Amino acid sequence: MTWIPPLLVAIPLLGAVFAAGLDHITPTVVQDALVVAASAATTAFAFLLLWHAENHEVVHWFGGWQTRHGVALGIDFAVGPLAAGMCAVIGIVVTLALLYSLTFLREAARLFDALMLVALAAMCGFAMSGDLFNLFVWLELMGVAAYALTGFTVERLGPVQGAVNYAITNGVGGYLFAIGIALLYARTGALNLAQIGNTLSHGPAGGLVIFAMTLLFCGLLIKGAVVPFHLWAADAYAVAPSPVCAVLGGVMTDIGLIGVARLYWTVFDAPFGHGHAVGDVLLWLGLVTAVLAGVMAFLQRHLKRMLAYSVLCHIGIMLAGIGLLDSAGLAGAELMFLAHALLTAGLFFVAGILHVDHTRIDELHLHGLGRGCWVPAAAWLAGTIGLIGTPYIGIYLGHGLIDEGANHVGRPWVIGLLWLGSALAGAALLRAGARIFLGWGDADDPLLGEPLEEDPRERRVIRPLLVGVAVTAVVLGVAVSLVPGLGQRAEYAADRFRDRSGYAARVLRDRPMAPPQSLPVTIRHTSFESLLYGGGATIFAIGLAGIGLYRRRLPHSVAVAAGRTLAPPISVLRGLHSGVVGDYVTWVAVGTAVTGGVWALLLHG
Amino acid sequence: MTRRLRLALLVPSLLGLGALFAWSITGLPRFGDYRGPYGYVLNQIVVPLRHSTNVVMGTTFDVRGVDTMGEEFILYAAVLGVTLLLRDEAGGGRVERRTRRLRSDAVRLVGVVLIGGGLLVGLWLVAFGYITPGGGFPGGVVLAGAILVLYLIGSHRDYRPFRNEHVLDPLEGIGAGGYVVTGLAALVSGMPFLTNLFGYGQTGTLASAGSIGILNGAAGIAVTVALLLLFAEFLQTYVVPLEPEDAAS
Amino acid sequence: MSYLPYAVAAWLCLVGLFGVATSRNLIHLAICLTVTQSSSYVLLLAVGYVKHGRAPIFKGIKLGTPAVDPVVQALTLTDVVVSVVVVALILALALDAHRLSGTVDPDEIADISG
Repeated sequence: MTWIPPLLVAIPLLGAVFAAGLDHITPTVVQDALVVAASAATTAFAFLLLWHAENHEVVHWFGGWQTRHGVALGIDFAVGPLAAGMCAVIGIVVTLALLYSLTFLREAARLFDALMLVALAAMCGFAMSGDLFNLFVWLELMGVAAYALTGFTVERLGPVQGAVNYAITNGVGGYLFAIGIALLYARTGALNLAQIGNTLSHGPAGGLVIFAMTLLFCGLLIKGAVVPFHLWAADAYAVAPSPVCAVLGGVMTDIGLIGVARLYWTVFDAPFGHGHAVGDVLLWLGLVTAVLAGVMAFLQRHLKRMLAYSVLCHIGIMLAGIGLLDSAGLAGAELMFLAHALLTAGLFFVAGILHVDHTRIDELHLHGLGRGCWVPAAAWLAGTIGLIGTPYIGIYLGHGLIDEGANHVGRPWVIGLLWLGSALAGAALLRAGARIFLGWGDADDPLLGEPLEEDPRERRVIRPLLVGVAVTAVVLGVAVSLVPGLGQRAEYAADRFRDRSGYAARVLRDRPMAPPQSLPVTIRHTSFESLLYGGGATIFAIGLAGIGLYRRRLPHSVAVAAGRTLAPPISVLRGLHSGVVGDYVTWVAVGTAVTGGVWALLLHG
Repeated sequence: MTRRLRLALLVPSLLGLGALFAWSITGLPRFGDYRGPYGYVLNQIVVPLRHSTNVVMGTTFDVRGVDTMGEEFILYAAVLGVTLLLRDEAGGGRVERRTRRLRSDAVRLVGVVLIGGGLLVGLWLVAFGYITPGGGFPGGVVLAGAILVLYLIGSHRDYRPFRNEHVLDPLEGIGAGGYVVTGLAALVSGMPFLTNLFGYGQTGTLASAGSIGILNGAAGIAVTVALLLLFAEFLQTYVVPLEPEDAAS
Repeated sequence: MSYLPYAVAAWLCLVGLFGVATSRNLIHLAICLTVTQSSSYVLLLAVGYVKHGRAPIFKGIKLGTPAVDPVVQALTLTDVVVSVVVVALILALALDAHRLSGTVDPDEIADISG
């Protein structure tokens, strides 16, 4: 079955070429069918690949350049269950976004479709690749497609600013990554991840490997929008069309985290795996991201910008799960990726529907306008509850596994902070939903800042299609925690992913794997503690949403005291998200220097 | 953030990064002391296995061919992206700058020589890319450059045929898509993607290296067309056709 | 001499980053980005250099003659394309920014914040 992995890249790329090349020649219906079919076929092959990857790594050596005596000559796609599962999720989200955009974006539709398919190919290639430089190629390919898609609405300044900030910060990230590759190549003379890992397991690591790791990880964390590299994300997501946001926020941001996990467990586990320094820095970055992005989400009134911060919040939780360096934590991150991708996409789709109906995307401007739209309202509520992690809904199982991981490695104090993050972001989404669909709360709130300019409206949509796609995404996302056997399979996939020497042996020496034991097909249960945290987070989010809606009814003395203590930090926070790209690049430099400095101190000697 | 604060954060961070960079350099082998093994192995095996005397091109289009496929699509996506960003939606709002027809014969003569020479050098670089220094990428750049001289010495009108999207778009698709189709052809015949299927021929001649030649040509087309399209998009944004009296002359 | 090319790479990276962070003009900024990326070309080519090695093109040269690493050259080729493409996109965005706001100062096109 080694022929499947290249198809996940070749099908969408060929689809993109046909879509763009045959524009104006073939009828629109044929074009639309072709584009959706290419994306759906990629998804179907990803599921087939997942099926086969359960038993053995599916390794494809391009051009037939097999390894010789354990030295990799060519480029390989090495796919385990985790990578195949990622490709499947990416395929689902892109297919839904393409269906949604059939009528949502009629203008320049072909360029849009072709760029979406290119992005799909690049994300799948990134998830599967086993070669360091090949990772860089896919990273840049998805970046180029995404920068252009972000600036899609060219008649306003906001999208141009968003795309500029996105392209420049991520461009810098890509170059840091490239320098990291050059350093690592100089040390090891190899580009295959498994072979680099093997070479680094002999001999001292030294400053070169520490700095190379810093550059590679910081490059990926820029893509993954982790504090302090996250500033571009909200600008880009607030201005892109809803289906683009669904893909960027749902799956493309998470790609950076996949890269971090892949590089750690194929390469840097070898020199640094005996300690916890690498993981702890990632854990802290994740914690700060989760809480800070949760707070920022609560301060937004523009729905897409709010959703962008909600994405960052979950990115933080997933990074913390990876940073625990434990199978349960990684499995939790994996399941959270699955649920969060679908739910986030669904909520972006609902935001798009609101915009089509009312030409507005601002929570306060939409006050009460959603009354009577029961289906979008239900989808919004279900998506929000799923993103908070109410027991056995949406991201809950992933959260629960991360909790287990934190307890395994003796860092139980992170659990509460991570739940706080998702509760804060969830409170913002609940507040917006109640205000829009129920008309609750005040019609004005100075806490949420100035309104942003509204997007122009797409008129000739087939609304049932939009609603159908949104509901599908939310239903799939909500059900993730209840799929029997999924939790156990995620843990198995995480175990395989973390087994560096096993991976290297399978890739470089084609060593067969012991057949996996059969896994139970039951709902994975979590600890009682997670159940309490999940319930608590839900109650906290509902309460906070209520405060957000009815702030003015608080007793006067409480309001004054809260205003006095909270106003300065809030204004500082807002000031940091300045929208100026020079500031963002400065924070990238600060973040890279500090991360590298900390690792230099902890890992040296 | 004020610019002063930005500098206050930026400069120490860059100094810190510089210190880390310097520290990492001390772990590098001395300049000229390359240890391998990857490059040494390829220098030994590519010529005998693929009959391509230019090992860099053998690496680009065969051993690491899938990287190059991604690279071609990066160019392809950039053309799509720039077209998307510079599309003229309302029809208005463009800055109008008129070009004038160039009247100096000397400049025209130099231009014609440049075009002829550029085309020859470009074609040679593409065609012999896998034997001697060159290849589809540098060759494509030279070819596109030669055609652009036409714009410099002629006028917008003379250049117009070269920005006809209805010809160039499918051609660009053939360049990028041809790469994927070559890869898929190998897959369909039961080999790994992008396997070099064709006879490798006589080392050091044009009929050598199998599919490296095809992929090299595809890259040459894709690069030439991509650059022409990119320039066309940028020119179109700022330039409108000749002034009436110039057009009449 | 033995570490000079690496030092050049480090300098290009830092000076380019400084330019990107402080630039007042998107076109200037795009050029600063290519300076940063030049760092990776210099570094790649430098780490693959073999003392007294020839170009890895064996036309009329016996196989086995010392030659520099072909891999880094192939990687640099890809890297150059990436750099050109990112610059092209930023320039297109700069044109849009100028059309919409009359300025290409990244500090002044910051429409959205918070």
